[in-house]
Amino acid sequence: MTKECDMQPTMRITNHPILGAAQNGKSVRITVNGTTISAIEGEPIAAALLANGIRICRQTEKKNEPRGVFCAIGQCTDCMMTVDGVPNIRTCVTPAREGMRIETSKGIEKGGKFDD
Amino acid sequence: MTTEIEVAVIGAGPAGLCAAIEASKNGCQTMVFDENAAPGGQLLKQIHKFFGSKDHKASKRGFEIGFELQEEAINIGVNINPESTVFGIFENNVLGVLKDGKAQAIKAKQIVISTGASENAIAFSGWTLPGVMGAGAVQTMVNLHRVLPGRKVLMVGSGNVGLIVSYQLLQAGAQVVAIIESKEQIGGYEVHSAKIRRVGTPILTSCTIKAAQGLSEVESAIIAAVDQEGVIIPGSEEVIEVDLICLAAGLSPLAELAWMAGCKSVFSSELGGHIPIHDENMKTTMDNIYIAGDISGVEEASTAMEEGRMAGVSVADNLGFLDKTKFNEIKSEINYRLSNLRKGPFGDIRYEAKKQIFKINKKKAR
Repeated sequence: MTKECDMQPTMRITNHPILGAAQNGKSVRITVNGTTISAIEGEPIAAALLANGIRICRQTEKKNEPRGVFCAIGQCTDCMMTVDGVPNIRTCVTPAREGMRIETSKGIEKGGKFDD
Repeated sequence: MTTEIEVAVIGAGPAGLCAAIEASKNGCQTMVFDENAAPGGQLLKQIHKFFGSKDHKASKRGFEIGFELQEEAINIGVNINPESTVFGIFENNVLGVLKDGKAQAIKAKQIVISTGASENAIAFSGWTLPGVMGAGAVQTMVNLHRVLPGRKVLMVGSGNVGLIVSYQLLQAGAQVVAIIESKEQIGGYEVHSAKIRRVGTPILTSCTIKAAQGLSEVESAIIAAVDQEGVIIPGSEEVIEVDLICLAAGLSPLAELAWMAGCKSVFSSELGGHIPIHDENMKTTMDNIYIAGDISGVEEASTAMEEGRMAGVSVADNLGFLDKTKFNEIKSEINYRLSNLRKGPFGDIRYEAKKQIFKINKKKAR
């Protein structure tokens, strides 16, 4: 079921003493585990998640522990999620696009691009 | 099919862009590869003003320097390829480049590896909880993507990164509850710590993090006092309510591509870890492979730019684009600026560590 959650307080920095007012990027909608949230087109998926207060990206294989963004530059792979059905996508370096389906992943999922 | 080019630069940060500018300026056909969407590397998230001399773009903000270098590189004819991941360096200087989900082989006469560094983590109870992040990661989210990963912050580490990111969190509207430092003294420059103190954020020295707590995300942290050996003093533990814990515990060079290419390395604690052995010209133990920036020892953006220039002019010389007199002239100018950057209590240590690396006899190296 698709739900709306626009009422959540945003974590976006709209005004900044050095950087000024935020530029209005194109707003798009993505779903996270079935819930629709708004994102700015082209920003990393992880940034869109954090803007909506979502910090858990995946659960570990054995102990089922939550993991989230650690390095934000594509090095640590802690923020991997399933994006449009493709598992193990580093959300901190993958741009958000209209209609993307994001899902929390469990361990290292099979069916990735480089499994062969 | 393998494409052949003269100079390939891996990484479009301050070191890589300067290497490419210098190589291109001196006549080399130059391509830069970077896995990110935009060139500039970590300069893009630096919103503070740089200091030093005009040579090093003092009083400009990091992201402005990043845009300037990008523009200069493009104007001079450098071919910059964003969203292009170099996943390997193979025999005969062949790079494996992944772009748009497709791999291609690119053979370069000369390679400059300027891949930078990644943040160190610290292990403590609860360190894997969402809400424990690298300080640089938080800086990326706050300054580049303009998103706050939390509202009440504990900063672990009082080096320049810890101090600067704390201040930038405050600028962005977050509350920095405390900065903690396990050593007896603040690690970074006083100019940065003074700004923090003026705001009223405490910088607690001889203090460490014992645990991050929370059901599925960070809800609080336990901090504790440490003795001179760094051992927690029993009974000194204190719970503080925070939702974000930033780790500013230094950086490690990203040297995997150099190792893969066969470059020999050496461990230097002063320079951040295992780094490829290199000479004054930034040449590694492999012919035709050069390095520049944090991969050759973690320093700062200004030194990275100079090292990049050194690598760029060296590859141009290698390809025969420069006469010896001209090469030596440019080299001594760069060396003069580099020695100015490696001064003072922090710089002296790096200067000595670099000198030791230049001295290593390549045959003796592992």
